[in-house]
Amino acid sequence: MKIVAICGAGIGSSGILKVNTERVLGRLGIEADVTAAHLGSLDHDAANAQVILTSPEFVDAIGKTNADVIVVENYFDTAELTRKLEAALG
Amino acid sequence: MPLPKLSREAIVLGAEAEDWRDAVRLAGTALTAAGIAEPAYADEMVRMIEEHGPYVVIAPGLALAHARPGPEVLTDGLAVVTLATPVNFGHPYNDPVSVVLALAVPTGDAHIALVAELANIFNDSTAVDELAIAVTTDDVLRIMGMT
Repeated sequence: MKIVAICGAGIGSSGILKVNTERVLGRLGIEADVTAAHLGSLDHDAANAQVILTSPEFVDAIGKTNADVIVVENYFDTAELTRKLEAALG
Repeated sequence: MPLPKLSREAIVLGAEAEDWRDAVRLAGTALTAAGIAEPAYADEMVRMIEEHGPYVVIAPGLALAHARPGPEVLTDGLAVVTLATPVNFGHPYNDPVSVVLALAVPTGDAHIALVAELANIFNDSTAVDELAIAVTTDDVLRIMGMT
């Protein structure tokens, strides 16, 4: 499974989402390839992604996609991430 | 990879910021003071938010200001600025911001290990509140796991 974390720069916030998503998926026993990317590389990096993780600001810019778009409020709240990933993948 | 050494020059406590731009620029100034980035990096961090909105406010009270890797970045590094009066970035959930971290990395490849370390610190939800009330740079170094 492919999961992409999107932010404006492709470093920093998307990196934190990647790291915490990998931790949550590890705990859930789900294997996935998690990539940090920026909006500019979205078309390339998010092709075939099943889940896109991002913050509210980027939902419109991501536009139409077949992936589940998960909007994350607190990037450091692994309970929130767990809940939303379980809902999307369950 | 541990966090790059957080130098005391990169820590500013109880700063007065008029607005979010001012707060981000203060963090940029701290990066420059510590020899991590050129002054122009502060403009880039502000521009990212002007362009994409306040997404850098990634947790309640905490902004992780950053821009893309580029020639303005001299070395990996982090700055910590706490605000005497919190400022709003216009974020739907996480305003107001009392702690601004500024992150600079010269290339995209190396940064994941660095942010993994940030996650180790800030996945503990008390870290932002502790930083906001830190009085000395030693407090900050302790909270950031540097001592």
